[in-house]
Amino acid sequence: MELVEGILKKDKRSAARLITLIEREDPKAVDALKKLYKYTGNSYIIGITGPPGAGKSSLVNELAKRMRAKGKTVGIIAVDPTSPFTGGALLGDRIRMQDLTLDPGIFIRSMASRGSLGGIAKATYDAINVLDAFGMDYIIVETVGVGQTEIDIVKVADTVVVVLVPGLGDDVQAIKAGIMEIADIFAVNKADREGADKLVTEIEMMLDLSQKEFLMRPPIIKTVATTGAGVDELEAKLNEHLNFILKEGLLAQRRKVKARENFMELIKFEIGKRIFQEKGQIIETLIDEIFEKNTDPYTAMEKLLQTIIKGES
Amino acid sequence: MQEGQTIRVLIAKPGLDGHDRGAKVIARALRDAGMEVIYTGLRQTPEQIVEAAIQEDVDVIGLSILSGAHNVLFPRVMELLKERGVDDILVIGGGVIPHEDIPYLKECGIAEIFTPGTPISQIIDFIKNNVKK
Amino acid sequence: MFDRESLKKLEQEKIRWESTTVKKVTEKTPERYEKFLTGSNLEVNRLYTPLDVQEMDYMRDLGFPGEYPFTRGIQPTMYRGRLWTMRQYAGFGTAEESNKRYKYLLSQGQTGLSVAFDLPTQIGYDSDHPLAQGEVGKVGVAIDSLKDMETLFDEIPLDKVSTSMTINAPAAILLAMYIAVAEKQGVSPDKLSGTIQNDILKEYVARGTYIFPPEPSMRLITDIFEFCSKHVPKWNTISISGYHIREAGATAVQEVAFTLANGIAYVEAAIKAGLDVDEFAPRLSFFFNAHNDLLEEVAKFRAARRLWAKIMKERFKAKNPKSMMLRFHTQTAGSTLTAQQPDNNIVRVTIQALAAVLGGTQSLHTNSRDEALALPTEESVRIALRTQQIIAYESGVTETIDPLAGSYYVEHLTNLIEQKAMEYINKIDELGGAPKAIEKGYIQQEIQESAYRYQQEVESGRRIVVGVNKFQIEEEPPKNLLKVDPEVERIQKEKLSQLKATRDNLAVKNALEELTKKAASSDNLMPAIITCVKTYATLGEICDALRRVFGEYKATVSF
Repeated sequence: MELVEGILKKDKRSAARLITLIEREDPKAVDALKKLYKYTGNSYIIGITGPPGAGKSSLVNELAKRMRAKGKTVGIIAVDPTSPFTGGALLGDRIRMQDLTLDPGIFIRSMASRGSLGGIAKATYDAINVLDAFGMDYIIVETVGVGQTEIDIVKVADTVVVVLVPGLGDDVQAIKAGIMEIADIFAVNKADREGADKLVTEIEMMLDLSQKEFLMRPPIIKTVATTGAGVDELEAKLNEHLNFILKEGLLAQRRKVKARENFMELIKFEIGKRIFQEKGQIIETLIDEIFEKNTDPYTAMEKLLQTIIKGES
Repeated sequence: MQEGQTIRVLIAKPGLDGHDRGAKVIARALRDAGMEVIYTGLRQTPEQIVEAAIQEDVDVIGLSILSGAHNVLFPRVMELLKERGVDDILVIGGGVIPHEDIPYLKECGIAEIFTPGTPISQIIDFIKNNVKK
Repeated sequence: MFDRESLKKLEQEKIRWESTTVKKVTEKTPERYEKFLTGSNLEVNRLYTPLDVQEMDYMRDLGFPGEYPFTRGIQPTMYRGRLWTMRQYAGFGTAEESNKRYKYLLSQGQTGLSVAFDLPTQIGYDSDHPLAQGEVGKVGVAIDSLKDMETLFDEIPLDKVSTSMTINAPAAILLAMYIAVAEKQGVSPDKLSGTIQNDILKEYVARGTYIFPPEPSMRLITDIFEFCSKHVPKWNTISISGYHIREAGATAVQEVAFTLANGIAYVEAAIKAGLDVDEFAPRLSFFFNAHNDLLEEVAKFRAARRLWAKIMKERFKAKNPKSMMLRFHTQTAGSTLTAQQPDNNIVRVTIQALAAVLGGTQSLHTNSRDEALALPTEESVRIALRTQQIIAYESGVTETIDPLAGSYYVEHLTNLIEQKAMEYINKIDELGGAPKAIEKGYIQQEIQESAYRYQQEVESGRRIVVGVNKFQIEEEPPKNLLKVDPEVERIQKEKLSQLKATRDNLAVKNALEELTKKAASSDNLMPAIITCVKTYATLGEICDALRRVFGEYKATVSF
């Protein structure tokens, strides 16, 4: 298996190609992923999310530079939304990571969310495993967070950084929308702007009022990605968080939750796919019947289950 | 390449000129044609372009240049691709490029050069008909 | 201007005309489009009458030439006194070659020089920098040190010509070199006239040749303002440029709005740096684009002039009328040139140049027909210059001032463009001014939207470009295009290493260290830069000395 060998030998082209096969749902990808799985679990996976324009890519750029300065290797996966109308996507995160392009210890992949309903595509999860097996010390997954994606990043990351900026107007609302629950660390980026302190106070208040019991209260770091201010501290907090979850046995716990989540996803995905492949016609007929009011969706579902269990077609 | 697969394109601006109107208009048009477009910004060296193309495993590299340095920078991109053993990426170019330079650029392996005034639909068709993967 | 009674009558008559005379015709032959648009997508009515300008107050809105609000022109006699400066942007290859071209242009009746620099020079790299590879001498002349600058202006008396230099990020350094060359010719700085573009904001937005981040860049600019107001009083310290914004795809309204918004930012920066508005504002100049939609462009220039006058008077409380005058250079629109049937470009350039003249420009560059293909040949440049001369001496449009004033359509468009531009400026103010709006990507996005819409209109055939999407022919590829000798790069590198071997390197080192020190202070940087250039420190070395303190700008906005 060329690709697997290549990846284990740290060949970037092999890794890049496998990610493409994953995105294309090529059966060859599954073969490779099977072989690679045992080599995964060694990377520290950081999720970075936040609203568009928060400066996430610039922050990732600065973080990665600092990690590299300490001799660590970094894989970066930047996920941007696919246009629901055309299926195309503009992936511009690399613009802010130009410094990293030629660094041998860095691998950057831009991914479009494609059809995935879950925000973080299944492909992203697999791509993380590829970079994990490749041997990256850190894997940073950057997603544009609006709604569901932000929550989904929990399913892949060991530590989640939520990036906010003053003056976007919807800060508090965004926090209410669920980011609160997933952030291990808050970064208030563009902190040289007016309103940064106010935003920090707002986040503090939210944390105070939260029903959630924190094992480690999320720290709030002020950063200015364009100058690098505060990024050292952010990096320190990341390592602190990692040490904390390692020490408390939380990392293992988290990863087990993640393994469950991802396996459940896989079950839903594969079983759904199978059923559509094999029972497509029956499903279409049932939809017609539901529409014509000849049956109801619940009875139809029971009928479908019957055919599956009995193996009828 | 199989029917229905998403084409990935790297739009790159080698050289020092900052005129990215064309590059950005093309990027958007390709996006609207259902492609995934990676844009890397201004002042990219051939080395950066090739490395990004490999990591992103793109099907197409679109090079845009208006400064007149195409005869140096385009062939350099092709040379680096070759050094890295990459032969399945379609490379196209555009910008203010004199007609008489085109044969040389094609000889170096650039599949097509699109000069100002080319309808974007023509570029999209060319990509769809010529991707190699 | 019109009495209520006759307007009412006119309105009734217009309705009658539309429902009878017009209707009869449109029933048989409908108009070509349901909606007519200007080149910038403003809606155009079938007919304009006094009804469309009924709010106009002659003295308030138009006034007289040379007087506030300068709608009709900034000089009392306009072209009856002196024609505009015919200034062809040129420069390529080595300083020797460019010097030859300048002498040729001057001998052909050109009245001012306009220097194009190559990209490494514009971005502060010497010719031997790895990123300069393939770019040396390509889009302009390569200048590495004062040596090259001495060659560039050899035998050209700097007290007799005015020189415009398209240089932005390293403008202070090139100006310092110009001052040093003049000194060697025995010409003192106060005798020098010319312009440096020096407009960094539009580089972040549209042109891309930036070096330093916005804050130190703005400081360099205000340092120049201050230095020149004392030592080089006839120098235009900035040319606030809408040209490139328009080239990037902006509409006429956006061109006016974003240029003046940048202008406001410079004025604010200078005031904040402690300068008095009437001390530097008279030396501000502007640079606009001239597109194909003749009447819209004329209206654009008039609207820009009136709007800037109001801004300076009302917002910045300028007292000196010269501070309120929008003086501008115009270049015809490079983006309208087609590679197909290139001779058609001569006609386009004529229309565009006419718009600039009817709009009251102070100087003009006409593009050459072959510029969509390569750098222009000498013959093409001559035709472009002749185009200006024919407008000046044969067309008759120069004999009276602002001849299109009073056209219902042009006055209506002037009002409309001013109003829409003001709306944009208000929006930009809300975002915290031009630098913040640029940082947020607002201005870039607005321009990109327009550029994309235009492209879609061309693709769909709604907008016709002759020879491109209609009236195409099979044609032979053009021949005899100008080629820059690839030897230039080698020659330039050789000169550079020779220079470094022969100059006083200790003096260079000391001067550069001093500059770095000054950069970290708040002192005016011009004197230290002049000292550096005189030691023959290279442009790249000087920029590096500044980079050490200022850092480099990185684009963060994508789409």
